[in-house]
Amino acid sequence: MLPGAGACRLRTRALLPILIVIVAQVAGQATAQAQTRTRGNAAGIPQGAIDTRLPSDPAQVERGKALYGVRCTFCHGADARGGEGGPNLVRSGLVLNDVKGELIAPVLQNGRPEMGMPKFDLTSTQVSDIASFLHTFRAAGRDPARNAPPNVLVGDAKAGQAYFNAKCASCHSVTGDLKGLGSKIADPKTLQQTWLMPGAGRGASAATNVPPKTVTVTVSAAQKFEGRLDRIDDFTVTLVDAGGTSRTFIRNGSTPAVEVHDPLRPHKDLLPTYTDKDIHDVTAYLASVK
Amino acid sequence: MKNLKKLLFATALVLTPGIVPGQALDPADLLKPLSDSWPTYSGDYSGKRYSALTQINQSNIKNLALAWSSRITAGLNNAGGGRGGGAAAAPTIIGGEGTGELNESGPNSRSSRIVSSILEVGGKLYFSTPDNAWAADARDGHILWHYVWKTKGGTHTGNRGLGMWGNQLYLETPDNYLVCLDATTGKERWHKMLAPLSQQYFSTNSPIVIGNHVLVGLGNDLDSPAFLTAYDPETGEIQWRWYATPQDNSDPALKTWANLTAAKFGGGHMWIPGSYDPETRLYIVGTGNPTPAYTSKSRGEGDNLYTCSLVAINVDTGKLAWYFQTSPHDTHDWDSTQTPVLVDAPFNGRQRKLVITATRNGFFYTLDRVTGEHLVTGKFSPTANWDKGVDSRGQPVRNPAKDFDIAGALVSPTNAGATNWMPPTYSPDTGLFYVTTEDSYAMYYLTDTDPRGSMGLGGKDEQAAGSLGTFLTAMDYKTGKIAWRHQYPEAGAWGGTNVGHALLSTAGKLLFGGDPGGNLVAYDPATGAILWHVHLGDVSGPAQTYMLDGKQYVLVSAVDSLYAFALN
Repeated sequence: MLPGAGACRLRTRALLPILIVIVAQVAGQATAQAQTRTRGNAAGIPQGAIDTRLPSDPAQVERGKALYGVRCTFCHGADARGGEGGPNLVRSGLVLNDVKGELIAPVLQNGRPEMGMPKFDLTSTQVSDIASFLHTFRAAGRDPARNAPPNVLVGDAKAGQAYFNAKCASCHSVTGDLKGLGSKIADPKTLQQTWLMPGAGRGASAATNVPPKTVTVTVSAAQKFEGRLDRIDDFTVTLVDAGGTSRTFIRNGSTPAVEVHDPLRPHKDLLPTYTDKDIHDVTAYLASVK
Repeated sequence: MKNLKKLLFATALVLTPGIVPGQALDPADLLKPLSDSWPTYSGDYSGKRYSALTQINQSNIKNLALAWSSRITAGLNNAGGGRGGGAAAAPTIIGGEGTGELNESGPNSRSSRIVSSILEVGGKLYFSTPDNAWAADARDGHILWHYVWKTKGGTHTGNRGLGMWGNQLYLETPDNYLVCLDATTGKERWHKMLAPLSQQYFSTNSPIVIGNHVLVGLGNDLDSPAFLTAYDPETGEIQWRWYATPQDNSDPALKTWANLTAAKFGGGHMWIPGSYDPETRLYIVGTGNPTPAYTSKSRGEGDNLYTCSLVAINVDTGKLAWYFQTSPHDTHDWDSTQTPVLVDAPFNGRQRKLVITATRNGFFYTLDRVTGEHLVTGKFSPTANWDKGVDSRGQPVRNPAKDFDIAGALVSPTNAGATNWMPPTYSPDTGLFYVTTEDSYAMYYLTDTDPRGSMGLGGKDEQAAGSLGTFLTAMDYKTGKIAWRHQYPEAGAWGGTNVGHALLSTAGKLLFGGDPGGNLVAYDPATGAILWHVHLGDVSGPAQTYMLDGKQYVLVSAVDSLYAFALN
């Protein structure tokens, strides 16, 4: 819980009657989903800036709803709880913290290409409209389990330690590179995603430093180039060498010889071998590494 | 067969008033194997996307070069709709029931991204994006007209293409209208509402014209009932409607559901066209995921028919002839809406009429398309881990432990699938079925333990766990085994709505497709060896081919541009 969260909750309660009236006016068919929202909760979701939000303008909410329907619904779902590939926006820390589109705007305008999120050409008014609509969704439901973050710490830390020692310890150490990992990544789900595949999933890379892929291009016995892999397909490979020079080579089948070094290869190779119990056990173990 | 064709041809002529020779689609052309023209979504009804054209072939592919390119401008703010390089602007025709405020335009809009199949009829190209349709000259890509629909809303994820009947075109709009256009002028003849937007239907599909039926399927990611509807091509009146799930107590499939309410709102939307067998008059189409997609308790323990199935519908009556469920009681939103491929080929020593499909869940099937008899099941994505094996019916048995888990279940494939809607191809020269695929993993977290479940696609959180590769995969229909795979080097995960690439094979012993690097590539269909390529940046639509004035073209879309290639 962040400092000041208790005060936030009190003030939220004070706002409830006002919100109920406003929402009832604009909700129409969406009444069921547009009950009062309470921001954040006791279990790790970032506390939002609810108190700085002005009551929603019904016309703005309607505009935002229409824009959202066209631009966002397919990926994030009509109820903003997740759709075709896109995450649940109602529980998103970014959305929770957003007041009137100021946090949402850069995501919409720049996209998140690494997560498959396209960028959208929207005016700042349109972003505010979408934000206004998003903020009509409740961030808590009737069933506490629906709102509580999942309980990821179900594994056996001892078994996880044994697994770690057998499969992970050749590259990692809980007294070395992973020292204090359970403290650095306090959210168990983020911790689980991070150790499973650093850099994948949402928010998983916060406390990790994933080295880039590198590549060796052998033009001849005398001419060998190494560097960070910039791009590669069947026809071209581009590397950036230690001096910062970018070099592009045309590929013709196996000429020149190209060898890519993926630092995450061992993580990928493990994917087909895990049981879910292995995963939960290792998470329980790493969470205990304070 | 010949007599049947003649009969159908004659019938169609009678039923098609106002045919304009030389430009309108001759209905007989729809029954021919894919060759000079491209008159329907898959080129022909078989779904093979195999062209008989041989002018471009392995011996001369090195001389394949740009013939022309053309760029579209979507939306309402761009009269003319094309950049004709100084030529007079093409006419823009505006229709629709919305205000226009929600129409998209600009380079990043989905209305500027061509993923549709492109019809080629009588020297003209016809193609579409959400709310937009165009005609272009097939000789140089010059835009002839641009139609814009003022939308009321709905999911604008993509549009798969137009249907054609005589001189009329059919467009589905995201806000669920069927719009009939005059192919010569782009002017609207009529439009009909397909389903209410308020129930969150949306339409991305390409209508398929068979005889005097326009077949239309929709999309919906809430829980609204799924149906395939046949419309009269002249008037737009409904001829018949087939629901993917039981809508009343008389349906024998009801026993596969917890109750009628669950069945009625059980999903199964047919948002990708099927294929058609003229001899049996069966339209064979894949159905979508059941809903609620993830929190499936409310659906009961049964198979949830006829979701995630191949279904064969009699095109005259709208009645189900047979079905085969490719993903019983799906729990991962893995639609089975992939294009089925109809093949006449030897199987166990005799010639059979087959249907082949590779579905989003990672499994590959060969069936008898007359009876639906199961013949082969295989896996085209070796990492798929959600099943406990294949049962006596040839169907994968779901492992409930891999549905999802509060603490997370590691599942392959991701929700985006081991493949998705991008059409595969089949070459009779090699006997191989080609499809772009991915071996991917995600953690699926159960976020909604309410026994009522969530609506639509809710109730889970999916987080990527890594991709082991994306591939051009060749499958053997006789064994269900992978014949060869070409891995796209170090390619990132597919995902979102652009999973993989739509493929084309030709009698010139060529296999065409986009790749993740933004190249259009020609491969040897026997081995996967690369024969030719060109970098276009982002190959968004299917590779296609047609023959005009004695010249064979290879056509592909890359976002807002069309590129046509021919021999130097």
